[in-house]
Amino acid sequence: MMYNNEHFEPVITPNVSKPGCETIDFYIKNEDGYKALEKALKMKPAEVVDEVKKSNLRGRGGAGFPTGMKWSFMPPNPVDGQGNPKPKYLVCNADEGEPGTFKDRLIFTKTPHRMIEGMIIGGHAIGSNKGFIYVRGEWFKECRLMQKAIDDAYAKGFLGKNILGSGFNFDLVIYKGAGAYICGEETALLNSLEGKRGEPRLKPPFPAQVGAYGMPSCVNNVETFAAVPYILHKGWEKYAKMGTERSGGTRMIGVSGHVHKPGVYELPMNLSINEIIEIAGGVKGGKLKAVIPGGASAPMLKASECTVLTDYDSLAKAGTMAGSGGIIVMNDTVCIPEATYTLLKFYEHESCGQCSQCREGSHWLARMFKRILDGGGTQDDLDYIAKICGNMAGQTICAFADAVTGPALSSVRKFRSEFEELILRGGLKGINREESVSHKMGGAHV
Amino acid sequence: MALAEKIKKTLDGIRHQFPTEQALLIPALHEVQNEYGWVSIDNMKDIGEFLHLPLSKVREVASFYTMFKLEKQGQVDLQICTNISCWLNGADKLVACAKRKLHVENGETTKDGKFTLTQVECLASCGTAPALMLNEDYYENVDEALLEKIIDDATKDLAAGKVVGKSTRQEGMWL
Ligand SMILES: Cc1cc2nc3c(=O)[nH]c(=O)nc-3n(C[C@H](O)[C@H](O)[C@H](O)COP(=O)(O)O)c2cc1C
Ligand code: SF4
Repeated sequence: MMYNNEHFEPVITPNVSKPGCETIDFYIKNEDGYKALEKALKMKPAEVVDEVKKSNLRGRGGAGFPTGMKWSFMPPNPVDGQGNPKPKYLVCNADEGEPGTFKDRLIFTKTPHRMIEGMIIGGHAIGSNKGFIYVRGEWFKECRLMQKAIDDAYAKGFLGKNILGSGFNFDLVIYKGAGAYICGEETALLNSLEGKRGEPRLKPPFPAQVGAYGMPSCVNNVETFAAVPYILHKGWEKYAKMGTERSGGTRMIGVSGHVHKPGVYELPMNLSINEIIEIAGGVKGGKLKAVIPGGASAPMLKASECTVLTDYDSLAKAGTMAGSGGIIVMNDTVCIPEATYTLLKFYEHESCGQCSQCREGSHWLARMFKRILDGGGTQDDLDYIAKICGNMAGQTICAFADAVTGPALSSVRKFRSEFEELILRGGLKGINREESVSHKMGGAHV
Repeated sequence: MALAEKIKKTLDGIRHQFPTEQALLIPALHEVQNEYGWVSIDNMKDIGEFLHLPLSKVREVASFYTMFKLEKQGQVDLQICTNISCWLNGADKLVACAKRKLHVENGETTKDGKFTLTQVECLASCGTAPALMLNEDYYENVDEALLEKIIDDATKDLAAGKVVGKSTRQEGMWL
């Protein structure tokens, strides 16, 4: 069969190119919509969690944490100091802001009911009666489409009180951020959802103990929820079989940059980066030079490394990560130090500023890369970059600082000669390039 | 001054959805940003009064999020993504074109107060790069010709007194 994987079939996107696919009627009529919910509501919550565990679904937000396990961490009957029951919240992370990642937006606009159904099932599984969808602030239209989908689901009795006569109640509310990448980090998201600055929290306590509004909460990515109906409806075996030993199902891969047919492709995980680039129409405008395989935070790969498979474990073994499934392709016209600088400038702007290593480190990395581009760099800078990165990774409240070091370190390690050439020849001017975007940015969040 | 009645009404309409009053702060700031095009200190005081929050709390939140503008902006915020995938696909040419056409630098507002040129970070349109936002509306696969048209059309619409770049907004809904 296609893609050399006889078990593969699209889980999330079988119909996303058909007109009307985003409507509830289409979902019910053509995609067995809300059938999985019907089935799940007849099961015990623990049984639903068990199905998801066995399916090997891993979170699609970046960290790849096993979803069933995360759900099982939720306390069954939490009570407050007075012994009164506490509510539990289910939260959908739709803050998609990782450069190179654009899969969740496709789910929002083309198959929102799949995600909604996944959330209702998730609510039943963890014993929550309320879900929040945290959406990035720039998605005005997307939010409104999602609200319409939610309204339709209420009208048909899939949301609200006594869903399908089961006695289970579930409400779904959208909350909108306001332009801060860091709010994609789950504890920053929770703070933002409470109307506060989106600053990550120290863990522990983990969200399963103290989450949104101080209550036990579970945060999952849009794509993670959208995979759940399939698992319940078609069975965990089918989903697990499609994937690798430690990770079930398909992945939504966004391919962008220098390819002929950029876009989101739902693919099995046994494909190499090279094969995925072919599926996306091949490299345009030159030969392949470098690939960022999992959103901007994932360390770069050289063209010669692109035979690596794209499952979580293979990419980790190759020293990078599957991350958020955004593959950014760069051809040989790209100046890697400059490309990396566009990312570092982004990180400098988006650091929340709580940790000095991250706040100062992201600033200095951006400054040093700029200096190299401007012709003021020295050989020592390259070692110093590695040193700064060493002081950042693993030393901070959240994984943002690690994310910054991904592109910074890998670019210097793998394309060192390009940096040395810039240093020797006096920057971009020395190699007859103009700086392409003036790099003046707005202020930081601090 | 107090918070505009219609903003209060919108906020009261969603109050029941959230366990705390502070949760309404970001919606309130969005509403003010939409109504006035920026968030002034007076607006912040009004919000604080309505939500029983000290000014310092409102201010620390307003200043954290890039979508809340703490200075007066143009009527149209032209926000061009310059992050990696858009950059690889020629966002630099769009920025240069916008600068030429509007006679402003990044972050500046035209003298007539109509346009502000902003560079934004990844808009999750990497597959249709380069992308930009005109107020609330996305435009994708943008080239220089389309950008010029977008600016010309917006100029005409502004002159005719029309609202620009808010094609999907619904009255009374904060989202
Ligand atoms: C800096 C940073 C940014 C993140 N951005 C996102 C994001 O935009 N969307 C997302 O789903 N997860 C994001 N995450 C991961 C979340 O913290 C969290 O792991 C995820 O939402 C959990 O969902 P999952 O288990 O379904 O993957 C980010 C993490 C970090 C450290
Ligand atoms: S690592 Fe950076 S982004 Fe994360 S909490 Fe610290 S300063 Fe904020």
